[in-house]
Amino acid sequence: MGKIKKKFESGEGSLYLTRKQALRKLQLSLKMFRRLCILKGIYPREPKNRKRAQHGSTEKKTLYLKKDIQFLLHEPIVWKLREHKVYLRKKGRAKALRDYDGLKRIMDNKPTYSLDHIVKERYPTFVDAVRDLDDCLTLSFLFSTFPSMRFVPGGVSALCRRLTLEFLHYVIEARVLRKVFVSIKGYYYQADIKGQTITWIMSHNFGFQPQSPDEVDFRIMATFVEFYSTLLGFINFRLYHGANICYPPKLTAVNSGTENEKLGALTEDEFMEERIASLNQTIIRIQEDNPDGAVEVDEFPAGEDNEKLAEQRKELDRVNRLKNLFNGLKVFLNREVPRESLAFCIRAFGGTVSWDSGLFAGATFNQFDETITHQITDRNMQSTEQTQYLSRYYIQPQWVFDSINSATLLPVENYFQGAVLPPHISPFVVEREGDYVPPEKRKFLDMEKGIVTTGEVFTTEEQKTTEPEIVKTKKSKKGSKVESEPVPMAVERGMAEVVDLMKQKDDETKEEYRLRVMMIRNKHKRLYRRMMESRKRRNKEAEKMVKKRKKVAP
Amino acid sequence: MKRTTKTRGIVAAEPPSIDPLEEFDPVSSSEENSPHKNDDANEGTFIIQDINLQPREYDEDSSDEEDIRNTIGNIPMNWYDEYPHIGYDLDGKKLMKPKQGDKLDDFLRRMEDPDFWKTVKDRQTGQNVVLSDKDVDLIGRIQSANVPDPSFDEYAPWIDWFSSEVMDTPLRAMPPSKASFLPSKIEKMKISKIVHAIKMGWIKPPQKPSTEKKFYMLWDSDDKADSIRRIHNHIPAPKTRLPGNAESYNPPSEYLLDDEELRDWEAKSDEPWKRRYNFIPQKFNSLREVPAYQNYIKERFERCLDLYLCPRAKKMRLTIKAEELVPQLPSPKDLQPFPTVLAVEYKGHTDMIRSISMELHGQFFASGSDDGTVKSKKYIYIYIVFVNTMENICLTCYFLVWEVATGRCVKTFKLGETVRWVEWCPNKSLSLVAVAVDSDVVIINPGVGDKFIVEKTDTLLAEPPELSNFISNERMVVAAQWEPFDQEKWDLGIRVMIRHFKPVRQVTWHGRGDYFSVVMPDGLNRSVIIHQLSTRRSQFPLNRSKGLIQCVLFHPIRPYFFIATQLHVRIYDLVKQEMVKKLMTSSKWISSLAIHPGGDNVIVGTYDKKVVWFDLDLSTKPYQTLRFHGNAVRSVAFHKRYPLFASGSDDCSLIVSHGMVYNDLLQNPLLVPVKKLRGHEKFNDFGILSVMWHNMQPWVFSSGADSTIKLYT
Repeated sequence: MGKIKKKFESGEGSLYLTRKQALRKLQLSLKMFRRLCILKGIYPREPKNRKRAQHGSTEKKTLYLKKDIQFLLHEPIVWKLREHKVYLRKKGRAKALRDYDGLKRIMDNKPTYSLDHIVKERYPTFVDAVRDLDDCLTLSFLFSTFPSMRFVPGGVSALCRRLTLEFLHYVIEARVLRKVFVSIKGYYYQADIKGQTITWIMSHNFGFQPQSPDEVDFRIMATFVEFYSTLLGFINFRLYHGANICYPPKLTAVNSGTENEKLGALTEDEFMEERIASLNQTIIRIQEDNPDGAVEVDEFPAGEDNEKLAEQRKELDRVNRLKNLFNGLKVFLNREVPRESLAFCIRAFGGTVSWDSGLFAGATFNQFDETITHQITDRNMQSTEQTQYLSRYYIQPQWVFDSINSATLLPVENYFQGAVLPPHISPFVVEREGDYVPPEKRKFLDMEKGIVTTGEVFTTEEQKTTEPEIVKTKKSKKGSKVESEPVPMAVERGMAEVVDLMKQKDDETKEEYRLRVMMIRNKHKRLYRRMMESRKRRNKEAEKMVKKRKKVAP
Repeated sequence: MKRTTKTRGIVAAEPPSIDPLEEFDPVSSSEENSPHKNDDANEGTFIIQDINLQPREYDEDSSDEEDIRNTIGNIPMNWYDEYPHIGYDLDGKKLMKPKQGDKLDDFLRRMEDPDFWKTVKDRQTGQNVVLSDKDVDLIGRIQSANVPDPSFDEYAPWIDWFSSEVMDTPLRAMPPSKASFLPSKIEKMKISKIVHAIKMGWIKPPQKPSTEKKFYMLWDSDDKADSIRRIHNHIPAPKTRLPGNAESYNPPSEYLLDDEELRDWEAKSDEPWKRRYNFIPQKFNSLREVPAYQNYIKERFERCLDLYLCPRAKKMRLTIKAEELVPQLPSPKDLQPFPTVLAVEYKGHTDMIRSISMELHGQFFASGSDDGTVKSKKYIYIYIVFVNTMENICLTCYFLVWEVATGRCVKTFKLGETVRWVEWCPNKSLSLVAVAVDSDVVIINPGVGDKFIVEKTDTLLAEPPELSNFISNERMVVAAQWEPFDQEKWDLGIRVMIRHFKPVRQVTWHGRGDYFSVVMPDGLNRSVIIHQLSTRRSQFPLNRSKGLIQCVLFHPIRPYFFIATQLHVRIYDLVKQEMVKKLMTSSKWISSLAIHPGGDNVIVGTYDKKVVWFDLDLSTKPYQTLRFHGNAVRSVAFHKRYPLFASGSDDCSLIVSHGMVYNDLLQNPLLVPVKKLRGHEKFNDFGILSVMWHNMQPWVFSSGADSTIKLYT
């Protein structure tokens, strides 16, 4: 007789640990475990069969992979966390005893740990790290706006500010920004770094709003930021080196002597910091690379993938055009527009930008410069008694964002000050077949494809709607004939029945398809039904949007 | 003891004037038991009086342990609560409890006795003791945190034992040691060591560690990974969903919520995850007007929670279109011929037609129904209907003219009770129809077709065979009885009649037309009987039935017998008398059964909407389960010549399918539904009850509960 096999000793039942079991195994408190999980990037797993994974219990438990927990067991940070616990105890004791010398000594010897090895471990390659940059950037940008709070010491937000500014400088220098979207939540930016599409959000520029402790736990976010700041630092370092820019960023030259005199109470460091924060000056490069930057793609002889290649080429052209979109533009920002985002966007596509020197440090020219091509205003300046120049366009900030998303300099007429702006369309939406496309976007897409539609936007839909109307009129005519008068007895000449061959064929193919649908494998039947349902639902939604559009803007 | 020593300490300055007895009094702390102090009450000792004036207690002027007359020791006194005594004296005699007054006594004492407030109870003796004034004073001082001894002077002048004044001559005449003048050598050694270490740079002055993080080139290359231990089977977190047009600060106006949508949005405040957006779309005229987004930090926090708390799993997402799930089948056009249009509708029955059966030549068919007539008595007919044959097919293309032209009822038989089944004898030289009428099976000579055959059949059945040498057993006699010759019935066309003990559901002929089998679902172990027409004998093929038998079938070629119970189809070898196979239909209730003329394929119709195809060579599991009917499948049929089969269901649809069986054993049958025919109407939730193919042509007949028979060509 073989060895008796016990239940849950192998297979899925032996793969998982509940959180409680994990805590026992690691001998950590829940708080420490949470911190460790965040830093090490350990997360619960969804088992294939929950009942089996939980040894027969069906209530929902947090399950971690046993291997993950064993992996945590060997983490040196665990010991640091335990030391930290001891440190806190010692500190508390010294405080209670009013042993201030001891307290100072204890606090000087506060155990610290570095997360460098964890960054390396979580992201085996640099590209992996870049791929995971979305959340890192969003949270870092958020923390850079925070005041010093109980769980967010001032140093953290300063570090976040520094790192995010460095990142923005890289984006400007490397010209990798691709899309911008202004939403009611904040600014969405999308960049293409090392072939990875990265999207991050910057909130609108307002002061910190206190949060209810029931809703937001800053401790958890701070733990994330602790890791993310390390990650972002290393990524910045490598990005800067890859782009031949020196790290930490140094500015080319502090140009005007007059500015230097204005230094006043500022130290040299603070002065530099402000310049960097202004995002308005180029950073010293270690070595100059070729000004075009883009590598020429060789021509390949026409092959099978010719179409694909042509498409790639078209995309490449588009990107190249986009990179130098604002080349030669000299833009002045009024004080009511969001300075940082606009300066970043304009500079990331090759434009030069400035603002009122009283607004922020780093202004390079003033409002009265005759060479300014665009001035961005959000207020109607005609009402104010300021001199207006004929040599420049006074436009609203949306022009910048829409131009970036369409990769062309859009006509400025629609964006003049005081004009009713065209809708700001999200550049991230990729419509599937049957989805609703707003007319503005359809117009633009058609334009890109080379189809010129002038005037009416609804042309296609109108055609559709007119068709049934014709049928209706026919019917009504028939009906009226019948109703009109009792027809006098007569024999009309018989007409050969007109067989609509197209319709017949269509019906046949439809029936054939229906018969084939009957033979869908049982395994796929539900899936097929669900897919068709969702398609129907999407179509319905699109129809609803069309109807709403007609109602709102006839 | 403590007390005495203290006293001694305090009075140390003065010559002690204490009674030596008192000084060595070992129990002076147990004040209650020192009655000798009664004598010098003025000296600050304790007065203890017994309120009950029990002189025995104070007889002896001693406070030794021995004087405590209760010898039980220091134990909880409640141990003696149940006893009349309170302990034992030195002689071992019981100390009785003093008389305890009741509450009234207590109250009276409280009222009358002025010392009541300072009376305490001695738990050892159970006696009441009045505290002396001194005691009361002492307790009061302790309570108010004063020094217990009233005689102690807290503010007595300080006696300076060791004066600060330097005396001219030392008290000890010893010179100081040399070491007290010289610097410590050991200290010097220690210090020189530290100095050396500092000089060598081993010890550095404490420096504040720089809080600034140092970054360096962590990854050597972009896409080369070092092999170190990492998290097992990592699943990267999904990226956040990118914003749509509705989130824009200036969206197209159709994205704004209208009143109805807004109400819906607000109604879902308890279950916000059901909302379409987690924000209300808004439109601003200019960027300057956009306010701060209230939930921004909260949303970021929720993302953090998702990252470390959400269980992750890899989910396969299909990128195919729905059309790709539909199988590629040959076009029905290439699989012609098959029936496509309604050619003839046979009307005449007035109630549901349960069964139809085709003559071998395809010229006639019989149908059986339960017709209710005006008399509200059930009259049962067999309609023999002339089928349009090849000659007049051209006339019948339009079903408008069929009634006049062809659908002619040739013969009608009145049988008096419900006809459940009709089945034409498959023997070419016999003109017989077996009819299941309630619990009887009637063999009728319909008298149509070739007259020669009709007459020959009559002569054959006119005289019953000899039964002398055959004794049927009792079980059989009860179950089925062959009726003797009856002229009256003969005239009606009934040639043979067999009475059964239960209603007959189905009659089916063996291919040669001599044997036929009868199914009685209520008959338990005697559900199936096989009758032999030539010898007029019957037999049970089964000793025990394995479930409720639905229908039976003879194999067209081999001596096999199919029995369908509710769940399975069992195949028996009639020669070897054993079960050959058991087909698992994986359905709940079988309704009908049909076999391919080749004999290797079986289709089973079930009441749970399925048509199941079995390839007997392949497996006992279904080769394919077709679920194309919307309701219970009542009847299935194979065509004898064409690769066609049909199934009729209660959803009033008749589905004609192409079912090609190849001679090559390696090739599986090809099943393609080619036509869905609708025409019958629903009646009492019944649709099509029976389906039958024409023997020669690719035509299909269906009989329905709407009392019509339809022919599709």
